[in-house]
Amino acid sequence: MSVETLALPTILIRGRSVMALVVAPEWPLEEWLAALDQQMRRTAGLFGHRPVVAHLGAAPEGGAGPESVLDALDALAARDLRVIGVDGVDPARLAGTRWARLPTIAQGRETVLQGGPAAAARPQPPPPPSSLLVDRPVRSGQAIVFEHGDVTIIGPVASGAEVIAGGSIHVYGALRGRAIAGVMTGGEARIFCRKMEAELVAVDGLYRMAEHWGPDLHGRAVQIRRDQKTLLLSALI
Amino acid sequence: MSRVMVVTSGKGGVGKTTSSASLGAALAQAGQTVVVVDFDVGLRNLDLVMGAERRVVYDLVNVVQGDAKLPQALIRDKRIDTLSLLPASQTRDKDALTEEGVGRVIDDLREKFDWIVCDSPAGIDKGATLAMRFADLAVVVTNPEVSSVRDSDRIIGMLDSKTRRAERGEKLEKHLLLTRYDAARAARGDMMKVEDVLEILAIPLLGIIAESPDVLTASNVGCPITLHNPASAAARAYTEAARRLLGETIAITAPMERRGLMSRLFGRKAVVA
Repeated sequence: MSVETLALPTILIRGRSVMALVVAPEWPLEEWLAALDQQMRRTAGLFGHRPVVAHLGAAPEGGAGPESVLDALDALAARDLRVIGVDGVDPARLAGTRWARLPTIAQGRETVLQGGPAAAARPQPPPPPSSLLVDRPVRSGQAIVFEHGDVTIIGPVASGAEVIAGGSIHVYGALRGRAIAGVMTGGEARIFCRKMEAELVAVDGLYRMAEHWGPDLHGRAVQIRRDQKTLLLSALI
Repeated sequence: MSRVMVVTSGKGGVGKTTSSASLGAALAQAGQTVVVVDFDVGLRNLDLVMGAERRVVYDLVNVVQGDAKLPQALIRDKRIDTLSLLPASQTRDKDALTEEGVGRVIDDLREKFDWIVCDSPAGIDKGATLAMRFADLAVVVTNPEVSSVRDSDRIIGMLDSKTRRAERGEKLEKHLLLTRYDAARAARGDMMKVEDVLEILAIPLLGIIAESPDVLTASNVGCPITLHNPASAAARAYTEAARRLLGETIAITAPMERRGLMSRLFGRKAVVA
């Protein structure tokens, strides 16, 4: 062997997006911390083990000195918040402190979370729906899965075929297989078809099998939407 | 230019092998050079239906694996000399076939024949996918009943995604051959109508073959029906289907029930007995 090669393992580097909570301390810091403490007492496990990004844009410049920013970070750490990054602050203000290694999080989109931890655990709302156009028959055994928006099919959906859409499903043909709508948009989604002969329809997790609807809708143009806790099937026209 | 035609269905027992033999013979009778290739490795039947079971020495697996030369395995029909058979192996299974090997055999066959008719096994796994892999056109054999229609629909989906033509974005012609059509049951309404099948499958109709004891008899004596009983309705339907494949325009007529009720009842009994 001319060149010595060591059997080193291949390094895989992958990306991962996680949901971080953004906390923006306000000044005067004491008052804000008191409010935070009260909130944390009221809602146990408000932050849980979730990563936290500290948005320090409200920190007073100059006058209060670099301590104001450090105080805020220390106070968050003292309350067991897992700060994984900072935003809205000049990294120079953290230089030389124990927070200097924290990455500055400039990317990412912020969303406002409402309610307690249950609401906080929900994934981010999807981007505005785009759509997928399928202009040939969906054959038995085929599955069209499009989570990012509406699916429009020109042609029939065969028995044993499946269409899963983040938004609404439009079938310009006979729907004989399964149609599952609203995977991302939820109860707003609807299903439309020119000829209703489906095996199963579902909107936002609520489903109906062929036996649930009567023969009056069979073969007709039908709209399916969700109203509260029921799935409404109605003939178009 | 040679054409590779797969005869497929998904479901078993719908008439793939009978149709492969009959269409192959009808094309040969029309003056084309034809080879019918049995892809049903392990359950070979085509040699029986074509009456060549005692003449099989080498088979498709031997050729694919390079143990035999193609001319050694080809069996020329004794009735029409433009018709040949490449039999399957009965002692092996479908894993003995490889894509490269099958592709090589098909390329060799293209140089010798106008038509290469690939008789697909039932199912959707390796044997069936290799039979359709190199096809230029497909004949989807379907019975007018819901299970057969749904399986055919599945196969059409695979023809549109798993064949080499589909992968290259080229067009793959698909034709529907409706077999075991029973005019009496259709008249009573207890069988799917032709138009219902066509509406679901949405591919052009190549022909309708009526359910007939003539077809069974021809298979049992090992002679394609277009040779054995050319005057029968089924033979005429296969011959017309072959002419449509060759580009002729012939109107398709649905088989009609001609007999009276009593003769039909007794006729049925005679067939069952």
